[in-house]
Amino acid sequence: MPVQPSRPLEPKQRAIVVGASSGLGAALVSTLAQKGVLVAAVARRREQLEAVCTPFENARPYVHDVTNYEEVPALFQQIVSDLDGLDLIIYCAGIQPAVALDEYDFQKDRAMMETNVIGAMAWLNEAALRFHRAQRGHIVGISSIAGDRGRAAFPGYHTSKAALSTFLESLRNRLAKRGVTVTTIKPGFVDTVLLENAPKTFWVVSPDDAAQRIVAAIEKREQTVYVIGRWRWVMLIIRHVPSFIFRRTSI
Amino acid sequence: MQDKQYNVDELGMPQLSVALSKELKRFDGRLEDVPAWGGASSGMGWVFRPINTDQLAEVFAIAHKTDLSIGLRGGGNSYGDAAYNSNGIVLDLCRFNRVLDWNPETGVIRAEPGLTIHQLWEYTVEDGWWPPVATGTAKTTLGGCAAMNVHGKNAFKVGPIGDHILEFDLMLPSGEIITCRRNENSDIFFAAIGGFGMLGCFTSITLQMKRVYSGLLDVVALASTDLSVMFEQFRALLPTSDYLVGWVDGVASGNGLGRGQIHKANYLEKGVDPYPEQSLRVDNQNLGDTIFGIVPRSIIWQGMRLFTNNYGLRAANLGKYAVSYATSGSKIRQPHAQFHFLLDYVPNWKKSYGGGGLIQYQPFIPRDSAENAFKTILRTTQRHDLPTYLGVLKRHRPDAFLMTHGLDGFSLALDFRITQANRQRIVRMVRELDEIVLDAGGRFYPAKDSTLRPSVATAYLGADTIARFRELKQRYDPDSVLQTNLWRRVFMTP
Ligand SMILES: Cc1cc2nc3c(=O)[nH]c(=O)nc-3n(C[C@H](O)[C@H](O)[C@H](O)COP(=O)(O)OP(=O)(O)OC[C@H]3O[C@@H](n4cnc5c(N)ncnc54)[C@H](O)[C@@H]3O)c2cc1C
Ligand SMILES: NC(=O)c1ccc[n+]([C@@H]2O[C@H](COP(=O)([O-])OP(=O)(O)OC[C@H]3O[C@@H](n4cnc5c(N)ncnc54)[C@H](OP(=O)(O)O)[C@@H]3O)[C@@H](O)[C@H]2O)c1
Repeated sequence: MPVQPSRPLEPKQRAIVVGASSGLGAALVSTLAQKGVLVAAVARRREQLEAVCTPFENARPYVHDVTNYEEVPALFQQIVSDLDGLDLIIYCAGIQPAVALDEYDFQKDRAMMETNVIGAMAWLNEAALRFHRAQRGHIVGISSIAGDRGRAAFPGYHTSKAALSTFLESLRNRLAKRGVTVTTIKPGFVDTVLLENAPKTFWVVSPDDAAQRIVAAIEKREQTVYVIGRWRWVMLIIRHVPSFIFRRTSI
Repeated sequence: MQDKQYNVDELGMPQLSVALSKELKRFDGRLEDVPAWGGASSGMGWVFRPINTDQLAEVFAIAHKTDLSIGLRGGGNSYGDAAYNSNGIVLDLCRFNRVLDWNPETGVIRAEPGLTIHQLWEYTVEDGWWPPVATGTAKTTLGGCAAMNVHGKNAFKVGPIGDHILEFDLMLPSGEIITCRRNENSDIFFAAIGGFGMLGCFTSITLQMKRVYSGLLDVVALASTDLSVMFEQFRALLPTSDYLVGWVDGVASGNGLGRGQIHKANYLEKGVDPYPEQSLRVDNQNLGDTIFGIVPRSIIWQGMRLFTNNYGLRAANLGKYAVSYATSGSKIRQPHAQFHFLLDYVPNWKKSYGGGGLIQYQPFIPRDSAENAFKTILRTTQRHDLPTYLGVLKRHRPDAFLMTHGLDGFSLALDFRITQANRQRIVRMVRELDEIVLDAGGRFYPAKDSTLRPSVATAYLGADTIARFRELKQRYDPDSVLQTNLWRRVFMTP
């Protein structure tokens, strides 16, 4: 039995945020919950998750490690039944361990691929099947400007975000015909612990500010969104810098 | 079911059954978004369409294994959430629809629950038998009609369909099938009819059909200048009518409040129709490709859309009213099917309500307080600037079924168009309407409902009745396997 039986004329928006215990994900939970959305908040750290959810009676914590792929269908089903349906899923889980410029560490790269990409596939496929059938719904992936170009600094991270962006693009091309929106969010720099490993940052926005912009973009059903917006033009240029020049720069 | 589905650990986190979810993955292909008939809401579930009792029992076994609930569904003609079950199994009975036995001498038919009223009358009409009770659409199934205990335009005379059901078989969630009659398993007979699919699944229904001596009805249309006049006409005409229905203009106000048109219909007595074999032919019952003479069927709904904005609505009702006034008292002969199911012959007429769908609100109010209550209701909808496109007035009689909506009084069915923008306003208005109905001693009808709250249901049914029904459910469905969104919304939590 769902948390609250749904009433036909009083539909509630229902959302899952995966990677919700800190940073951007936590801010997204608060922003959505304040708007009255029923939110399921998913991440590994129980205490942080509970702290994020406690202020809201319409947010609920679910402890889960996205690399436990086997568990995803069961938890997805559990959440959908608790919320009595689903309108929106945001995949925000991501890791970016410190990597030195002369370090080549398979374990770190693998971990990034598992959390940033395979976990996304596990969760978003569940939602995609459901939304495909229902002919409505909204999938959002928090990718990164890092996915737009392979820089020297973080080979594994750039690859993971490029893969996520491409996966989202494919989902979009499949699901657009079915009335389902897929939004790719590409943040620049957001003031979270993740930045500790990313030197030389600028145009930094707070997680709350970023979350507000993201939710606004979701409401407008936008497709690809840079946070903040000017990154779109910067990345347009960077994407077109020829490789023989790019490899000589310190970007 | 609550405990079963919500295995939570000591910290309140759900304990997942990965094995169970693997089991569920097998049914990904069955995931469907199942809509309310009115289209204003829906619920996703795993849809199974069994064809016989063996397949039916299999679905109950799957439910036990996966811990999912089951919502039964017939033709899906309930306006709201009575025939879908979000995050559970939806057992769609449409393919389980054979006629098992037909006796053209006695008019007793035994059929599987998915048989539609359309299939039913096409099967029997050429033998001179018509369904004793017909709903406004023939797409309803026998099972759905029994589960809601539906009424027709003759409810004042013959009662609901339950009064014509001689016997039924019911599959319980355990897989056991029990036979029920008025005097055998009688408590469940009177509770499963009108029990909106919460006690078991009908697997066969035995119905007494109505003898007719012609495929035609004598139909008289009369104008009613306001609601008092319509009530007056109802009182005068009831004793001599086989069918009586009033169409109410929901927009007219002031002196014209509740004005409209009455249709009175009577069977032709034996011998009046010289060639009943001809008028009873299925081909002569079904309409041609156009109705109203010239308008092709497939474009009609686009025209109707005009009427659903307030301006067009006014014009439409005024037009209809003027016509009926002019032709008041005129008499025509109409085939049964045409008289009962006109809307079925207008393809996609629902589309005229736009993308947000529609709901219906149909209160039943005792004889003496009905007129005033309905006037107050019409005024309230007008005050909220949410007038109804069409109101339908019917007369009813009491019956012996536990969860009945029937009473010695009248019902007024009001359609409301739903948009993203007006939902909140509709909800607020309905709260006011609920008070008017309860004050007048009225009742509600789950088949039409989208808004009922548990407190209102308790007020009209009485806590004792609901307790009695829960007791039966506990006895026949102890694990609460049978559920729909309506059940969870209105009755599951006291
Ligand atoms: C245009 C229109 C006109 C209508 N006119 C009338 C009218 O004049 N009078 C009236 O009374 N109603 C009327 N209705 C309402 C309709 O008749 C009822 O909702 C009826 O129950 C629909 O039958 P169905 O087969 O579509 O059942 P569904 O709507 O699919 O299901 C109705 C209920 O029956 C249960 N059920 C279905 N099959 C079984 C089964 N085999 N065993 C146990 N439970 C089962 C379901 O769980 C559900 O609770 C009208 C509806 C429409 C759309
Ligand atoms: N900060 C930036 O400048 C920036 C820029 C571009 C893109 N992004 C992206 O934004 C997203 C959010 O990052 P953030 O900056 O907010 O950092 P963060 O505070 O570290 O948030 C990461 C979130 O992911 C969760 N997570 C990590 N591994 C997980 C796992 N295995 N299972 C479940 N959840 C897991 C974390 O929760 P637990 O640890 O509790 O599991 C945490 O809630 C990431 O995808 C990141 O790549 C950030």
